[in-house]
Amino acid sequence: MADAALAPKAEAEAGRTLVTPEGVALNLRLAMAGQRLSAFLLDMLIMFGSMIALTLVLVIGAGSIGDEAGAEMAAVLWLLGFFFIRNGYFILLELSPRAATFGKRLIGLRVVARNGGQLTADAVIARNLMRELELFLPLSFLAMEAAESGVESAAWILGLIWAGIFFCFPFFNKDRLRVGDVLAGTWVIHAPQRSLSVDLLAGQAEAPPGFTEEQLSAYGILELQTLEQVLRTANPQAIATVATTIRGKISAPDEGDDAEFLQAYYSALRIRLERGLLLGQRRSDKHSS
Amino acid sequence: MSKAAVQFRQARETEWRRLEALLATLEKKSPRALSDEDLMELPILYRSALSSLSVARETSLDLNLITYLEGLCARAYFFVYGVRTSARARLVQFFRDDWRNAVRSLWRETIVSLLLIAFGSLVGYMLVLKDPAWFASFVPSELASGRDFSASTASLRATLYDTGGSEWLEAFAAFLFTHNSQVAIMCFALGFAFGLPTTMLLVYNGLMLGAFVALFNSHGLGTELAGWLLIHGTTEIFAIALAGAAGIKMGWAVVFPGEETRLAAATSAGRTAATAMAGVVLMLLVAGLLEGVGRQTITSDVARYGIGLGMLTIWLAYYYVPRRSRRG
Repeated sequence: MADAALAPKAEAEAGRTLVTPEGVALNLRLAMAGQRLSAFLLDMLIMFGSMIALTLVLVIGAGSIGDEAGAEMAAVLWLLGFFFIRNGYFILLELSPRAATFGKRLIGLRVVARNGGQLTADAVIARNLMRELELFLPLSFLAMEAAESGVESAAWILGLIWAGIFFCFPFFNKDRLRVGDVLAGTWVIHAPQRSLSVDLLAGQAEAPPGFTEEQLSAYGILELQTLEQVLRTANPQAIATVATTIRGKISAPDEGDDAEFLQAYYSALRIRLERGLLLGQRRSDKHSS
Repeated sequence: MSKAAVQFRQARETEWRRLEALLATLEKKSPRALSDEDLMELPILYRSALSSLSVARETSLDLNLITYLEGLCARAYFFVYGVRTSARARLVQFFRDDWRNAVRSLWRETIVSLLLIAFGSLVGYMLVLKDPAWFASFVPSELASGRDFSASTASLRATLYDTGGSEWLEAFAAFLFTHNSQVAIMCFALGFAFGLPTTMLLVYNGLMLGAFVALFNSHGLGTELAGWLLIHGTTEIFAIALAGAAGIKMGWAVVFPGEETRLAAATSAGRTAATAMAGVVLMLLVAGLLEGVGRQTITSDVARYGIGLGMLTIWLAYYYVPRRSRRG
């Protein structure tokens, strides 16, 4: 699981809480820079793809009509189509109920109003019009150098740095806001669809025998949930390593079947810790009492 | 796991699955894809899922279960509290109130940008009159396309009434619309850089305008040029002034946030400005049609003046004439 691989520090930095009107705190996680970049690159691919497709369709269409009226029609559609794709793609898709472009959907991202309220049309327009400043301005500076060497290089470098500041804006604030996000009051969260898997206890109500009180007090909730992930992933190598570590820690004899041992230990530990929860004792990890 | 915990999951799981299925339909299609009963059920299922989440957090250590419920509740939250009106109602609201209100709230900035354009035009006019050599530095040669001080009066006059073959008018209009809109969007976006580039762009536009007026006026073609400019210019220059105003508003909010935090000030300015920008793009669409088609087919000065001033009246009336406030 990619999320589990995050360092705890990064996890804490990306976590945000949203208190619903019902008074329940929902934990949201901000999208990582890499996730947003890949979503953006996917969107760019889709945009370029559709622009190329549009051009091809219009060229073929105009060719088959053959006269000047057809060519003009194609030119009008081409100009409007490009304008629409460049400015409308992000805005229309983020206004849809899913509040994400196709690229963001694939990565599992979503645009959310920072105050937890409704994502309004003006916010979506604001965050996407600012792309002109963040992306097309730096690009046009780059293109300028490529097109003509006549531009004074000092002015060009200054312009590029200045444009680069907006491009790099998300890296310099803790909420990873783009300039567009600042002005729109939005941020982008990582909220992939998760599926509900089976309960590892499988309805077991009594702790499996064979573990002493002392052996069960070796670990806390953090370790329990890490163990849960190991069991769910079911990677034989990981299971063997974890089983050896736990056996060493609680000085249990090695009886061969690693997976069975871990499953039994998990059940016993979880039943014990959940019983603790009911009594108001939340033992967050092995270091806490 | 206690017996209660087993029962908890067994009793609630069907509801979670049902909510999940509803959300999947909503995200893939639209709210219309659901029946009224489903829509009524959604908030109930959402609250039930929230309460499940609260219970699970306090009693269960199943990480998979808790993250699943977290995700489910968050997804449902955005539907239940993201109050969504139909696209049609939203459009009506935009044309009736939002566009107008956004533009009205920019009135100070609009005056400033109009003054900047006027200042630029005046400077451009004076400088070019004094020394025609300035013309080349204000107007790029590809834009001037032969219209400079070496041209004869007759050829200048011809450019004003040239119908351009009148074959590619729609394409010309489409080009003008997309190009001008892109420039206006850039003008707005640049406002974030403390508004400075926006003001520079506005003044520069004024300089070009002033230089053209000086050129044609020196050949005694002032009134003819005014007609040529007015027919689309009242709409186009107004739109550019509004785009500049939107940019200035943002820049101002970032530098002088007032009593709000800088972030909050930028957000509220940005949202108003964005609504105004949607209107600006529509105005530029009209301006593109007037310039690309109207100006090329209508060559009578009177008609040009009439259309230009008529459009200006319509815009001003739409934006600034007070309306009786509706109840509620």
